Amino acid sequence: MKRLFPIFSILTAGLLVFAFYQAIWVAPTERTMGEVQRIFYYHVPSAWTAFLLFFINFLASLQFLANAKPSTQRAARWTVIAIGVLGAIAPYVPAVQSQLPAGLYPSSVATTALLIPAIYLLIGKFFSDQALDMLALTAAEVGVIFCSVVLVTGPIWARPVWGIWWTWDLRLTTTLVLWLIYVSYLVLRRFSDSAQTPKLAAVLAVFGALDIPLVYFSIWFFRTQHPQPVIGGGGSIDPRMMRVLLINWLAFSCLAALVCSARFRLEKLKRQVEEAQALESLLGSGESATQSKAQLPLSRGQQ
Amino acid sequence: MSIARPVVRTGGLVAENKEAMNPSLSQTARKEGAPSFWSLTWSTLAKDIRLEWRSKDALNAMIFFSLLVVVIFSFSFDPNAEESRAIAGGLIWVAFLFASIVALNQTWARELRNQVLDAYRVSPAPPTSLFLAKALGNFILVTVLEAVMAPLFIAFYNLRALGPAWQLIPVAVLATWALVVNGTFFAAMSLRTRSREIMLPLLLFPISIPAVQSMVEATRIILMGDGSARFDIVLLLTYDVVFTTASLGLFETVLHAE
Amino acid sequence: MNSVKFLIAAYVATWLIHGTYIGSLARHYAKFKQQMKEMGKK
Repeated sequence: MKRLFPIFSILTAGLLVFAFYQAIWVAPTERTMGEVQRIFYYHVPSAWTAFLLFFINFLASLQFLANAKPSTQRAARWTVIAIGVLGAIAPYVPAVQSQLPAGLYPSSVATTALLIPAIYLLIGKFFSDQALDMLALTAAEVGVIFCSVVLVTGPIWARPVWGIWWTWDLRLTTTLVLWLIYVSYLVLRRFSDSAQTPKLAAVLAVFGALDIPLVYFSIWFFRTQHPQPVIGGGGSIDPRMMRVLLINWLAFSCLAALVCSARFRLEKLKRQVEEAQALESLLGSGESATQSKAQLPLSRGQQ
Repeated sequence: MSIARPVVRTGGLVAENKEAMNPSLSQTARKEGAPSFWSLTWSTLAKDIRLEWRSKDALNAMIFFSLLVVVIFSFSFDPNAEESRAIAGGLIWVAFLFASIVALNQTWARELRNQVLDAYRVSPAPPTSLFLAKALGNFILVTVLEAVMAPLFIAFYNLRALGPAWQLIPVAVLATWALVVNGTFFAAMSLRTRSREIMLPLLLFPISIPAVQSMVEATRIILMGDGSARFDIVLLLTYDVVFTTASLGLFETVLHAE
Repeated sequence: MNSVKFLIAAYVATWLIHGTYIGSLARHYAKFKQQMKEMGKK
């Protein structure tokens, strides 16, 4: 793992440079928007990555809560698998298929549904207990960073194209609320330093995830100004643009994975340091009073 | 440990609480074992209402606070203009949302004194009954606030519903519950954090956005009389059902976390 | 041509955000490593 990290970083850097070259010089210029449309190659992959990370945060938090008891652990696992299977079959049932909005293919719905148990079980295989909590924290924090990129590049694109920086439409507002929810999650983690923080944070993550569909539908009534989803939407995208978009998406996913692994290691190290400090102060108090007094300012200042 | 004990000690006002304590509950607890879920909920709720009735601290603070909001907002735009009707819905709910923070913050803080919350933790009473009692207590408090403030709003902003006014009642009930159920839950959650008074709005407001959006929209539609507020009422109802279920399901985890 | 300015701004902003975050991670990492070393000495 430690030796893989530099190799993976170099590969990611190379991929990002290649993706940048593709986005600036290879992708065709859009007819009506012109050069500014190239922001899209950073904006859209960042959005996908952010949503994926928030999704991982939710599944990791859910699993963290469910793992508290063996009965809930089993129940949660089977519920998630059932959701995946149902979601994979349902879009192919004619009655449901006719209800799907235009442009939303049954195959994409089924793939998304199957991703839920797949990610859930993968997370469960490689992470347990404290590691699950660390994964949730990592995913939320990196997700907020990517979501910030989305929220910053969006208005920069909107200004020349729409003539306004911001509009309260469906996607913009949902993304902003998503960002707010996960920032409040990080604030809770920052402000709460008891041993039960992971549990409280996991509960908040579940609440936030439950809130997202409601946010989406509550803003649904407003007229939407955002360009319709390009992927699986109108299908009017140039295949060359699509290729560049996917390359950029791959590059940014690699960057996200890289940053996540770094953040995860940082969190691990942080907890090791805290544990060692706690142990030290415990041992220090057992020794002579003068010695423990001498150590006290050090262990306080390091927090 | 007997179940009646936390009820006796709750509030920290031992002398006053002698009569506040529900004698029938302590008797059933001793004679027949566990009292029912609803009698537990009721005894906690009655205790809270009695405490609030004696001091009226929270209620007075909330009423005065929302009065200030009304007056201050009236300086930022002309309250008699026809447009004011369009934003009155937002104004009313924002005032109630901010004011309800006062009630929500003191919900659990009161129980920290004399380790009453620890007594709740070790008592065999189901945590959900405690949560339900607290949420219902806050619901009653905010409803009273709304009942007092609504006439003032109508007078100050010259409001007159152009749509079906009776629909404001289900909207108000659902909206109040939406604010209160999550508020009570997050107040319990922020109990163990640093500077918990400020933590509550930071946690509550982002999650409440869809509820606020639909309660404001529903009120606006009814006041303006344009279209039907059905969609927003359904959304509020969904919000209430989803988060009541989630809160009841996860409250035990939060209560036992310290 | 004005739109190129916006394009550059967006790309610069993206890397500024990522760079700041990665920089802060590196700083924290170095700090904790240092603390670990100090504790190991004692």
